Amino acid sequence: MNYQWNWSFFLDTAMSSDETYLDWLISGLGWTVAIAISAWIIALVLGSIIGTLRTAPNKLLATLANAWVETFRNVPILVQLFLWFFVFPELLPRELSLWVKQDMPAKEFFTATIALGLFTSARVAEQVRAGIQSLPRGQRNAGLALGFTQAQTYRFVVLPMAFRIIIPPLTSEFMNAFKNSAVAFAIGVMDLTFVSRQIVEESGHVIESLLAATLLYFLCAFLANRIMVFIERRVRVPGFIIAK
Amino acid sequence: MLSNFDFSVIPVSLPFIWEGLLYSFKLTITAMCGGIILGTLLALARLSGGPVLSRFAAAYVDTLRSIPLLMVILWFFFLIPLVTGKPMGAENSALITFTLFEAAFYSEIMRAGIQSIPKGQVNAGYAVGMTYWQTMGNVVLPQAFRNMLPVLLTQTIILFQDTSLVYAIGAKDLLKAAENTGKNYNRPVEMYVFSALIYFIICFSLSMLVKRLQKRIAIIR
Amino acid sequence: MSSNWKIGCAAALVLAAGIQSASAQELTGTLKKVKDSGAITLGIRESSFPLSYLDASQKPIGYHIDICNKIADAVKTRLALKALTVNQQPVTSQNRIPLTVNGTIDLECGSTTNDSSRQQQVSFAPTTYVTNVKMAVKKSSGITSLSQLGGKPVATTTGTTSVQLMRANEKGKGVDFKEVYGKDHADSFLMLETDRAVAFVMDDNLLLGLIANSKNPAEYAVVGESLSVEPIAIMLRKDDPQFYGLVHATVKDLMKSGEIDKLYQKWFLSPIPPKGVNLAFPMSDALKNAIANPNDNPKEAYVKK
Repeated sequence: MNYQWNWSFFLDTAMSSDETYLDWLISGLGWTVAIAISAWIIALVLGSIIGTLRTAPNKLLATLANAWVETFRNVPILVQLFLWFFVFPELLPRELSLWVKQDMPAKEFFTATIALGLFTSARVAEQVRAGIQSLPRGQRNAGLALGFTQAQTYRFVVLPMAFRIIIPPLTSEFMNAFKNSAVAFAIGVMDLTFVSRQIVEESGHVIESLLAATLLYFLCAFLANRIMVFIERRVRVPGFIIAK
Repeated sequence: MLSNFDFSVIPVSLPFIWEGLLYSFKLTITAMCGGIILGTLLALARLSGGPVLSRFAAAYVDTLRSIPLLMVILWFFFLIPLVTGKPMGAENSALITFTLFEAAFYSEIMRAGIQSIPKGQVNAGYAVGMTYWQTMGNVVLPQAFRNMLPVLLTQTIILFQDTSLVYAIGAKDLLKAAENTGKNYNRPVEMYVFSALIYFIICFSLSMLVKRLQKRIAIIR
Repeated sequence: MSSNWKIGCAAALVLAAGIQSASAQELTGTLKKVKDSGAITLGIRESSFPLSYLDASQKPIGYHIDICNKIADAVKTRLALKALTVNQQPVTSQNRIPLTVNGTIDLECGSTTNDSSRQQQVSFAPTTYVTNVKMAVKKSSGITSLSQLGGKPVATTTGTTSVQLMRANEKGKGVDFKEVYGKDHADSFLMLETDRAVAFVMDDNLLLGLIANSKNPAEYAVVGESLSVEPIAIMLRKDDPQFYGLVHATVKDLMKSGEIDKLYQKWFLSPIPPKGVNLAFPMSDALKNAIANPNDNPKEAYVKK
């Protein structure tokens, strides 16, 4: 394999532009992080609510919550992204549709964030349900016996324990949010994947560009992992959940 | 608006969709079989305790699990011809990429499965004079495999969804076929909806199957 | 920079001439690869009308596909092969150059602009089409010029020279558009069609082809001044003198024999699949000139002095 390495080209200015390829890479990283974190917040909030509802005594709510999970879990993220980008605006009234398509600020970013957030929410909901159901039935009954309402039992007894149990699977979902955000390039978000492809095309330095983007993704996933491990340590209930 | 939709493109698209779907299945099944075999070997290597072997397996698995599949697909597509000097179509490149990538994920599942088998069984294996590999092959793996079947299948559903990413290198899978037909007949919106529906039906049926399987296996155990 | 390509071309031509005279010499580069494998791979585009696009059965067809097939025939004859497998690999504007460089495709039969920065990475066949970069709009928008696009979303396809052109226009004329990027020409056109963009900046032949094959061709128009004149050519690997010589000789023969005019007639002046629309796009003076004097000069040579 004869390949001419050249790392300094990152400092070259892109054609007809004031920015260097390195500037592009940094702004790509910015979008990737912005999408992954915003989508994760959406996923965590919605996923917790939906996951909790799936264990609720109300049949209708539980069914609706199950339908939500099955819908968002069984269609590939890329296809969901296309549905939100190409199909959803066509279902809106004309004025609103035009606003969404033309004037909404950072429209590609919001589309990608919502798509990824809802996709991930189904996975979070599944973990939350599993976490709640893994608790001994006695805990919930104890809460109710103490005179808590259903809502209070969830708030003070069930959920705090369930969340602690599911931190490890949530950690991989958080890392997945970063990895899955890579599909956003397909609707024109200038994220890490997009800029790395653009740099490959304009500079011709395939390996360096892909390697730089890959390392940055790796770093993101690694940091996400460390943050969750830190949280896991901080909230550990002494003597209850066995440390690794 | 919905009144603008025209789903008459769907019957026309069926032959193309079918061809794309067949490739998606081929990719899924190849990566599943190859991935499980390779993944099991990686899991065994990681648990073997050999310093070089287990470190290599750990590094392989942890690296691939930390980077987006999309990046890995692009990597292999550009690198394979550069390394081997032989061109490779997008379809074949994807087959190799998915097998090697999914091995990392199946490996973690198999490792959990192996570790769930009581240590006494391993010791029993050693006691009757079997080697590490014999114990694993004859005693531990058959049980681990059965216990992990639902999880392995769940991973396969994710794998099937992930095959849609090959559109990034132009391989003709289900999504690509839908997209091409949509463009050809000026009905891209309808074709995106149709492809979503097909993915949903397949993945939903498979996940129902996994649920039933989980119950049956739970009873046996 | 501009003198570099001239030297490069001259050297290549000398080499090519040398090969023509001594064809018995040992095979190198792409020709050796094709001889060994019995296969040649064409990079094709899926919506580059009418140069390379998919017909109703999703097979690639077009003006450049025809020319590439002629080149493949010439390769087969030159290597005295009994059979030659012609593979096709879909490429996009973003990955066509890396895929040519790394050997995935041997000939890129799409709609690639020959410019001097690309010549540092790849080589080109003689120019077979000359395009004007313009913009497509919906007639109802009333837009006729680039200066009306300030603050509005404008679509283009990632990885094309139009991206750089828009950047340059933004800087030079102080017009601030909101760029939206389609990953292929059909995608960018979809953005115009669904009002995600008010204009789509691209090669005029591509725009006309996309419009002709759209749902309501009457709704759109190609308007405005030509933003850039660009030579379009088939792309091949660099530093591959034998193959370069063969490709150039084949294309020049097509031009001399007048066969290229027939191909032009077939794709630009007659009804074409899939809808049987006639683009009715007469040959430009720039292209007539390129056919009379076959060359692989880059875009920079077309800038009016």
